[in-house]
Amino acid sequence: MDKQRRKFLKIAGASVIAGIGAPAIIKLSASPALASGGHAAPAAGHAPAAAAHGGPTEEAPKGVRLGMVIDTRKMNADQGLLDNAIRACIDAHNIPEIPSKKSEIKWLWKAPFENVFTDASGYHGSKKITENDFAVLCNHCDDPPCVKACPTQATFKVASTGIVAMDFHRCIGCRFCMAACPYGARSFNWQDPRPYIKKYNKEFPSRMKGVVEKCNFCAERLALGQEPACVESCKGTDAIVFGDLNDPKSEIRAVLDKEFTIQRKPTLGTKPSVFYIV
Amino acid sequence: MIEKTLKGKPAYWIWLAFLGMFMAIGAACYVRQYNFGLGMTGMSRDVSWGLYISQFTFLVGVAAGGVMLVLPYYVHDYKEFGKITILGEFLAIGAIVMCLLFIMADLGQPMRALNVVLHPSPNSMLFYDAIVLNGYLFLNVLCGWVILTAEKKQVKPPKWIYFFVYLSIPFAVSIHTVTAMLYCGLPGRHFWLSAIIAPRFLASAFAAGPALIIIACLVVKRVAGFDAGRKAMNKLVTIIIYAALLNMFFVGLEFFVGYYSNIPGHKHALEYLFFGLEHNGHVYNNLVPFMWAFVILAFGAIAVLATPAARKNDFVLGLGALMLFVAFWLDKGIGFVLAGFVPTPLHEITEYIPTVNELGITIGVWATGFMVVTLLYKIAIGVEHEVEG
Repeated sequence: MDKQRRKFLKIAGASVIAGIGAPAIIKLSASPALASGGHAAPAAGHAPAAAAHGGPTEEAPKGVRLGMVIDTRKMNADQGLLDNAIRACIDAHNIPEIPSKKSEIKWLWKAPFENVFTDASGYHGSKKITENDFAVLCNHCDDPPCVKACPTQATFKVASTGIVAMDFHRCIGCRFCMAACPYGARSFNWQDPRPYIKKYNKEFPSRMKGVVEKCNFCAERLALGQEPACVESCKGTDAIVFGDLNDPKSEIRAVLDKEFTIQRKPTLGTKPSVFYIV
Repeated sequence: MIEKTLKGKPAYWIWLAFLGMFMAIGAACYVRQYNFGLGMTGMSRDVSWGLYISQFTFLVGVAAGGVMLVLPYYVHDYKEFGKITILGEFLAIGAIVMCLLFIMADLGQPMRALNVVLHPSPNSMLFYDAIVLNGYLFLNVLCGWVILTAEKKQVKPPKWIYFFVYLSIPFAVSIHTVTAMLYCGLPGRHFWLSAIIAPRFLASAFAAGPALIIIACLVVKRVAGFDAGRKAMNKLVTIIIYAALLNMFFVGLEFFVGYYSNIPGHKHALEYLFFGLEHNGHVYNNLVPFMWAFVILAFGAIAVLATPAARKNDFVLGLGALMLFVAFWLDKGIGFVLAGFVPTPLHEITEYIPTVNELGITIGVWATGFMVVTLLYKIAIGVEHEVEG
């Protein structure tokens, strides 16, 4: 484990401990290893929901698994919500705004229904489906093909959160992860991105040419006890609900229990952690 | 033995200078790419691998093809290949050198390439590919050099070397199998997600590799007075024809699965490659001419090689071998990798056109490979002449 990663985990760990007392927005406490509460082994109660959402295979039943529910009804009612979320993401992560489609960098973006849900039928689709754009981001899969493909472990699954993270300093830029990702969630820095960063955020590193990047569920903000930037930008609307999928008492579980949700390409067995209410 | 590369006819030096010129152009183009980033290429967010990786994939096959000489000679004791087995091994070395150079050219952060070794990741097929490719390179250098040295001294090669010779046979199969596994284990890339990719790769490799060996033999026959012998050539032709037919059969099976099952995901890439794929009123078809050229050249080459004239006439033989090599290069060195990105995971279609700079690097790497093969062949043939004369 290199320095960068160890430091990140230390921060994540410290924030967990701080989170016990403080009114942390995302409680990283369901895992017994992190030892905070008694609701640590909800495997039995969790199983039906997992089967319903994740296809035939069993989802990881233990530990914290951060996930997201995007309420596209709310997003569609107010298209500004998604635009603001995208803006917040760009500003939080120094994402370069490169005009050419060839070289663009995208963490959170929007696309038509037929592009986002490629295995759902758009035949005689409702107006809602044909006229609106939908949010697209990394699914932080429970079984991520990109992590399997990476020859240097530059992209890896953070055991304490379930986040699929990147080490920009280890990535060799082979782009195997881009071929492996079935969701098109990854971008490559085809050139120096820095001239295209409109507003520089000193709290997050900018990247160099030749490395891959993608949504990180705002791991750096979670470590400080903050919500992900996109979630925060939708505050008060519940258009995006974020939390621990393995914590039966979490808000996200309440939403999943109540609403019918879908995932992108669930048949591939990657077990996405991002859910959509359509 | 290296001193043999330092003496040659003017044509030899002109050929080396010619290759050196392209190597210099390639190096200059690479400096530009290194400074700017891979944005100098035609690759994009949607088509994230291009000419470099497709050349790599094809050349792994050329390297593996060398085993079609080693196997009959060492396992089946087919004596006719005795003279040219070394040429197969040295061709494999040149091909792997090109493979490694193409990988380096494709990396966004080439200075970090050793991270693959420093942070070994047994989950990644690229990790195994690095092992088998370097292993096969090592085995060919070792076996080629030891056996050639023995020949020079006119003694039998040491017994221990046969262990490495036999080991190189499964390694040859493994380099192309693992290279196929880079592609065929990825969920969501329907064109690549096919169990027949590895056998298909091997079939096309066992045709394209020996085809290049035939061309090389015909060239050295003309320019260096080294005759591999008609019997050996004709045996190679037989191997090439069967392997080529198998490859075409496998391609046909892909068509059956796609079009009979009628599952769109299984048809899209084939449609894109051979007929053009319609999307939102636009037909994307920039690979169609290449793919039909592949089909026509492949069957044409098989027909030419199967004629009795190919067994006697060097020109017919060379033409058939060249047609076949070009055909399978179009198939694997162009079509296979690029079509895997069509459509994108979000069902859009982005076409890829390499840039001039990218072509410069590609040609530079090919020139480097030809340089390596030329120098190695100069040594091998120099030794042969020395022993005979």
